[in-house]
Amino acid sequence: MKLQYKGEKPFQPVTPSQYPQPKLLEQKPTELLTLTPWLAPIVSEGTFDPELLHRIYQPLNLTVGVTVFAVGKYTQFVQHFLESAEQFFMQGFRVHYYVFTNDPTAIPRVRLGSGRLASIIPIQGHSRWEEISTRRMETISQHIAERAHREIDYLFCLDVDMVFRNPWGPETLGDLVAAIHPGYFAVPRQQFPYERRPLSTAFVAGGEGDFYYGGAVFGGRVARVYDFTRGCHMGILADKANGIMAAWQEESHLNRRFISHKPSKVLSPEYLWDDRKPQPPSLKLIRFSTLDKDTDWLRS
Amino acid sequence: RDPFWLCLILLFAVLLGFYSASPSTLSPALSTLFSSLSERDCHLDTCRIPEVPRYQRSHLWAVSVRVDVLVMTPWFAPIIWDGTFDSAILDAQFRNITVGLTVFAIKKYVVFLKLFLETAEKHFMVGHKVNYYVFTDQPANVPQIPLQEGRQVVVLEVRNYKRWQDISMHRMEMISNFSQQRFLREVHYLVCLDVDMKFSDHVGVEILAPLFGTLHPGFYRGDRQSFTYERRPLSQAYIPRDEGDFYYAGGFFGGSVPEVYRLTMACHQVMMADQANGIEAVWHDESHLNRYLLYHKPSKVLSPEYLWDEHMLQRPPLLRKLRYVAVPKNHAEIRNR
Repeated sequence: MKLQYKGEKPFQPVTPSQYPQPKLLEQKPTELLTLTPWLAPIVSEGTFDPELLHRIYQPLNLTVGVTVFAVGKYTQFVQHFLESAEQFFMQGFRVHYYVFTNDPTAIPRVRLGSGRLASIIPIQGHSRWEEISTRRMETISQHIAERAHREIDYLFCLDVDMVFRNPWGPETLGDLVAAIHPGYFAVPRQQFPYERRPLSTAFVAGGEGDFYYGGAVFGGRVARVYDFTRGCHMGILADKANGIMAAWQEESHLNRRFISHKPSKVLSPEYLWDDRKPQPPSLKLIRFSTLDKDTDWLRS
Repeated sequence: RDPFWLCLILLFAVLLGFYSASPSTLSPALSTLFSSLSERDCHLDTCRIPEVPRYQRSHLWAVSVRVDVLVMTPWFAPIIWDGTFDSAILDAQFRNITVGLTVFAIKKYVVFLKLFLETAEKHFMVGHKVNYYVFTDQPANVPQIPLQEGRQVVVLEVRNYKRWQDISMHRMEMISNFSQQRFLREVHYLVCLDVDMKFSDHVGVEILAPLFGTLHPGFYRGDRQSFTYERRPLSQAYIPRDEGDFYYAGGFFGGSVPEVYRLTMACHQVMMADQANGIEAVWHDESHLNRYLLYHKPSKVLSPEYLWDEHMLQRPPLLRKLRYVAVPKNHAEIRNR
């Protein structure tokens, strides 16, 4: 289905204001990389001025969408997810949560701030958790085509078994946004858990790869997310026809696609953290992280 | 026995060299720590057995290639210095685009065209389609120079002005007119340059963005109070002393055609307003450019590698390349004649 692209918004003027002058001749070395070799910013605390960004983005009257999937026992995470999002996610912006679930009655009603909406969208459940996981790409792309492209400007696709702990703001907005997986940011690319079987469409050869991105966070302008999820879905379908399932399901396909369609902005592991790991000093502010949980029971 | 000890020392030295050779490998101890942390719920058939760590390129804990300079503004615009970008990746991302270059050769300035175009052929957007838009009052004096495939010179005849300041300022009007009339249909990006310059190193797609400006070589070190912004509130180009990010050069700016159209149209309109109020900004179109880019932040900023004057400035070590540099000229001779 051909999606009509809204087109670039022209640069709106920023209101005059006082803030410190950027220091061109920085003497201290940065601990985390701040720019990829294809000139995409890597977002972490200290690389941006939140107030300045707010002043640039606020007047654009944007609506930011969020998709989460709460299927089977995962419905229990919705309350905590939404409550923490209400506290930390895109404060001051219009937000629309799309909660996909096989059991709408299990979704609690959470009090939302002004300009913020939640829609509960029924989907089919599956007996295998891998099946649920690989259908997300298809569901998201269909949802954008049928509805979301009219309602939102930017979309983030997030895992539901997570919680916001610190502000997540317009510094994350970009054409196509990926987040670095917390388990692999200090690991050489040969050790990334890419799909290594050439039969799969998610196959990544030995010398390829930039970062290992997490499947729990990705996003961007709604048209770009549509292209991206559709592309991943096609790859997943082809694999299904060939009787193969990629090593980490849709995360493998996401990583394959981000090599050939590089993200325009990369979020540091501050935006996708695993609380079980000790926090290294160079990650100053964890904003979104996993809840400690019994994965085996959840997936049964 | 001596050769044995020598071999041992040599081996030790080699191992030391291996682990410390690349700035982007972690010390062995640290990398073992993190690879054990990377284990998680693992299906038996997809568990990876870690291989010996080897040098890799993109690594979040890599020491930034440039630690001596700022490589990103607080609004996420990359600041382009040598070492910050990979041309192979970028050329692939920007394949199939056409870049328009605007240059003004009015009155005596036609003399600069030959060297400008010849060096552009060697260094500017090599491998991509380029349209050189040469604005001139003497089409017959535009030199014929051999061009690479996919590149052409388009001569646009325009009027001249008596004062060099007016010639400089009316570039904004002319670019905005032609943007609407033809650039929008012919190219994806516009790069607006001064003509009394030459290319001396690579200037490629790393500069392309919806809107970009270049750091003026005379002011990249300075404080905003010392920038030669227009300081009289009566002028439309006025910037107060406590505002300002950088001092951008009037001789190298650009972006997508719609954004360059907006910028040049806006600058032309405010220059006309100033003229009606009997005021002319201290650095003419450059003053207005600076005001525009303060309130419409550029999406990329080019370092002074992209605009330098070797005769006026001492080259500091932080400038690893000089890509686009001033050609010496006699100001009195060349202006207003």
